Amino acid sequence: MQETMINRAKQLLADGTVTRVIGWKRGEFAYDITPAVFESAEELESDFVFDDFTSANVSKYLVKESAKEGKVLVFLKPCDTYSLNQLTKEHRVNRDNIYVIGIPGGPKLDIEKIKAKGISGILSVRNEDYTLKIETIYGEETMPFSEAILDKCASCKSKKHVTYDELIGEDGDVLDSNRFDMVEKLENMTAQERYDFWREQLSKCIRCNACRNVCPACTCEKCVFDNPNSGVENKAASDSFEENMFHIIRAFHVAGRCTDCGECSRVCPQNIPLHLLNRKFIKDINELYGAYQAGEDTTSKAPLTNYTFDDCEASIVHERGVE
Amino acid sequence: MQRIGVFVCHCGTNIAATVDVKAVAEALGHEPGVVVSQDYQYMCSESGQNLVKNAIKEHNLTGVVICSCSPRMHENTFRKAAAAAGLNPYLVEIANIREQCSWIHKDIATATEKAVILGRAAVAKVHLNAPLIAGESPVAKRALVIGGGIAGIQTALDIAEAGFDVDIVEKNPTIGGKMAQIDKTFPTLDCAACILTPKMVEASQNEKIHIHSFSEVTDVKGFVGNFTVTIKKKARFVDETKCTGCGLCTEKCPMKKVPNEFNMGLDNRTAIYIPFAQAVPKVATIDPNYCMMLKNGKCGVCSKVCSVGAIDYKQEDRFIEEKYGAIVVATGFNPIKLDKYDEFAYNQSPDVVTSLELERLMNAAGPNGGTLLRPSDKTHPHKIVFVQCVGSRCDDSKGKPYCSKICCMYTAKHAMLIREKYPDTEVYVFYIDVRTPGKNFDEFYRRAVEQYNVHYIKGMVGKVTPQSNGKLHVQASDLLANEQLHIDADMVVLAAAIEPDKTARPLATMLTTQMDTNDFFTEAHPKLRPVESATAGIFLSGACQGPKDIPETVAQASAAAAKAIGLLCKNSITCNPCVAHSDELMCNGCSSCEKVCPYGAITYIDKEFRMPDRTTKVRRVASVNPAVCQGCGACTVACPSGAMDLNGFSNSQIMAEVDAICK
Repeated sequence: MQETMINRAKQLLADGTVTRVIGWKRGEFAYDITPAVFESAEELESDFVFDDFTSANVSKYLVKESAKEGKVLVFLKPCDTYSLNQLTKEHRVNRDNIYVIGIPGGPKLDIEKIKAKGISGILSVRNEDYTLKIETIYGEETMPFSEAILDKCASCKSKKHVTYDELIGEDGDVLDSNRFDMVEKLENMTAQERYDFWREQLSKCIRCNACRNVCPACTCEKCVFDNPNSGVENKAASDSFEENMFHIIRAFHVAGRCTDCGECSRVCPQNIPLHLLNRKFIKDINELYGAYQAGEDTTSKAPLTNYTFDDCEASIVHERGVE
Repeated sequence: MQRIGVFVCHCGTNIAATVDVKAVAEALGHEPGVVVSQDYQYMCSESGQNLVKNAIKEHNLTGVVICSCSPRMHENTFRKAAAAAGLNPYLVEIANIREQCSWIHKDIATATEKAVILGRAAVAKVHLNAPLIAGESPVAKRALVIGGGIAGIQTALDIAEAGFDVDIVEKNPTIGGKMAQIDKTFPTLDCAACILTPKMVEASQNEKIHIHSFSEVTDVKGFVGNFTVTIKKKARFVDETKCTGCGLCTEKCPMKKVPNEFNMGLDNRTAIYIPFAQAVPKVATIDPNYCMMLKNGKCGVCSKVCSVGAIDYKQEDRFIEEKYGAIVVATGFNPIKLDKYDEFAYNQSPDVVTSLELERLMNAAGPNGGTLLRPSDKTHPHKIVFVQCVGSRCDDSKGKPYCSKICCMYTAKHAMLIREKYPDTEVYVFYIDVRTPGKNFDEFYRRAVEQYNVHYIKGMVGKVTPQSNGKLHVQASDLLANEQLHIDADMVVLAAAIEPDKTARPLATMLTTQMDTNDFFTEAHPKLRPVESATAGIFLSGACQGPKDIPETVAQASAAAAKAIGLLCKNSITCNPCVAHSDELMCNGCSSCEKVCPYGAITYIDKEFRMPDRTTKVRRVASVNPAVCQGCGACTVACPSGAMDLNGFSNSQIMAEVDAICK
């Protein structure tokens, strides 16, 4: 797969279709993959990686890259194409300046789950028939592939590419996913239980801003949390409840625009299940205004910024504070 | 440094009885920036206003907070006072301590505390107020009247009389509305058609009035003085300019089994039809649901017999766009559906009819040529039972909570006319109360009882059962005699409640006007502004605002016309300077605001920006047209990046108010 992608990218660079390629390259460790921009065949040959750890959604990089001169090639998994569509819809990227190659999606691996098995000193991870052969400095270890899948892949919503210029491999379908199970569980809690759950989770937040920085819906020219005039900048430090407000403000900010790519939870160093906040919004929107998935297309009207005569009044449908 | 003056009004005892106004003035005097804090009995009075004016001059105030009634009431009064004293009028803030405080609290301590908090929020806001300058916008010298019943016709005639062009949009093929279906009118018993049709003709002949019949309003943009309205002229498959209304096509049309809505479905019409003889415009219309030519291309008789070639089977809906300075809503009413009233057997027997159906049965142009016959077997009814308040004054979910107002009088009229024409017919009227306030109304009702011997019985009908002999068995209670009554009636007439026309609600959304829970349009003030809606430039005429009889409707129609004329006379109106603006450095260009703007005030431009590293970058940013923006604030909440803000109601001002309240 990696070979095919590199060869196709080299071709497109060579014939002048694109001038840059967005993909992934290795970091310090084998499993330590980061998004990268490649400008030559040599760079692609030496650094380009595509394996079980290339889970990062690279669509957000297109905000900057598509504004530059020359077309940019991007490899997008199905989930990433939703993000690109949403960015296109919001005029945040120049779609005409992007060449999308759709590539197969995950499931991708979560290195934390491998480490949690007590495996350390990892040098490389190979998938042989859904058994992971893990080479470490202490020798080889094995574990089932299924036990190391990223949470966001375990509740995958779609294997379908919603936008692409060409595909490598077959296109899949929208899946009947179990992604709202945990949201339902939270909904069934009492208000106090739910409050305790979120207090416990959110109090772990160290305000590193990783969730915001990775989020493809967070592309404002000037983020409120960086704007001294906004009145909410740096409030995180002022009292213990403020980190909750940070996440609640962010969840409202991306409500109706979140494509549920799951990156916020994947990058959180404190393992806060931030995607649950977004999924609650998606679920509510589905229930109140009919099924809607942000990023599914670039033309439909988003329910939260649209009015129809049969819109329900959410506050009337759900009586507040009633358990 | 801000120098703020606080003025607390007693409003007689309206505020002072529940709020310790002196304590409020004292407390607010200690707020930061406040240099003077006073209370006065009537701040809106001339001496009250002088108090404010003098304080502005004496203390060199930079901001004013008035703690008084709702800003809807007197904001303008105090803005004018401030302007007269040389202070920008938009540096005045109102803290509503009457409607939102004294009127809803009983306890003085709580109300006083709340009044202080509301005042504190206003002080916090006024700290951030900026002087604003209002612009002007021109007034389009044309009015739109939506609905062509007696209300719409009267309004249009009055506006045209004043010399302004006026368009009537009527959804049916003819104007005339409900009044055209009525036989006689109370309390004078003159014929409805005789007094209505001359007005219809007058409207059609007035060169200032333009009638769009069989048309609907599909879109309204803009604001007072400057509405842009899209009108859908529905395809009637007949060229209005050619059709002479000769009616030959309606005689020859082979499709004769179409329920005639003008006669409440009591007889049939043809697929191509003219609703009634005096229709205006007198132009035929093809009903596409029944026309065989339109349904399967087989027929074409009307086209063959039409000597002027007016039939056009290929006609399509047309859309026209027009600018108006004022809009008058006159969408009228309908009787409610009686499906839920099984106890009266409305769906089981054709001899149980509504009052409007009875009007048609008694009308000379109705299905029986004016002879009252039972719909089932066309015999003369000898015993008729009228049931009042069917669906009116109901507290259950079936009906309406309000009194439909006209039923008592038209039932008295029906009873009297029947007794007059058919003295051998016995008439019973079951009522909860008989309500006859109105000039000559009670005299009229008493004539029905005393002169015509109509049996008025206080009590409700419990059940109507159709019997095999064709009679209707009526079970009822006489509350005054305290006994059960069993009457074998030939006909039962139900005084169905009236409700606003179904087109009113979507129209209210288009016009951004308010409605009450019953879908009647809400007037700007129930006593002092009864014909204006709360939305500037939108006026209310007739039963769309509440149940009304004909004289009341006509009076209100003329009143609405007077208000519209007052607006159309002006060459320009002052714009609201509290409009939105976008901070281009923060704008993402995402189009969220453009999508939610109900006025079409936002466009996007590609603009070049200098970046910190001395490069330039072209970015797509929002741009607000301040002449079109109405300051509704929808964009400010839709904007994901916080780039949109509203003059006079900025995000920071609102946050300052919230902070002050939560302090």
